[in-house]
Amino acid sequence: MTWLLLSIVIAATAASDLLQSYEMKRMEPQQVDGRGLARLLKTIARRHYLILSIACLAVSFFSFMALVQTAPLSFAVPASAGSFIVETILAKVVLKEHVGTRRAAGSLVVLAGIVLLAR
Amino acid sequence: MAYRTYSLLGAFVLLRAFGNLSLAWGTKHFPETLAANPLVYLRAMVSPLVTLGIAMLILAMLLRMAILGVADLSFVLPLTAVGYVFAALLGKFILHEDVTPERWVGTALIFLGAALVGSTPQDTTPDIAKGRGEAK
Repeated sequence: MTWLLLSIVIAATAASDLLQSYEMKRMEPQQVDGRGLARLLKTIARRHYLILSIACLAVSFFSFMALVQTAPLSFAVPASAGSFIVETILAKVVLKEHVGTRRAAGSLVVLAGIVLLAR
Repeated sequence: MAYRTYSLLGAFVLLRAFGNLSLAWGTKHFPETLAANPLVYLRAMVSPLVTLGIAMLILAMLLRMAILGVADLSFVLPLTAVGYVFAALLGKFILHEDVTPERWVGTALIFLGAALVGSTPQDTTPDIAKGRGEAK
């Protein structure tokens, strides 16, 4: 059950991150004060990919709630980052972000750390 | 600009770490097992620690959406991995979990990787591709 929940968390998180980033990049940069966050909430209501992103996030969150109830926090949080390297690759392929050597190497080192943490 | 982005990232990491801690603490002390039944989830969500955790995580999510508007996903993702260090620390010292030496080595690797990524440009996507036009 732990691994099933973890798989759902990873898949839903990856989908949510990509949809969020894609939609947010199409807008003007958002202010992060009270008004900025209020405008952000209005924007979410108008942007379909953001709504879909939040739906994926909800699936991820409820699965994570069930996961963290039985698994240790020091396992559940790092293990849920199994989607990390997949998301970085998709950021390059789908979002056309530039992932240089240093950033790719850093991502791989972080991933190695996450693997050790999860053992 | 860079300072503001890093400050927001710091706030996001702390909010998520303590949100997860509150959520974990609340669900572990919740008497029923969370499964496919939505009513059990609803009952769990009105318990104080779970509610607090959810509120912190929602705020963290909104912060992160704003950060993604000014920085690349492949930049934000590795830096927020610092949150895994907080999860190990909070798990060890507050929830009294057994964190093995392997997990601490993993924690050190995450610091190293995050430092590598932190020295790269934050926003590499052309403005035109973002639909913002050329003027800035």
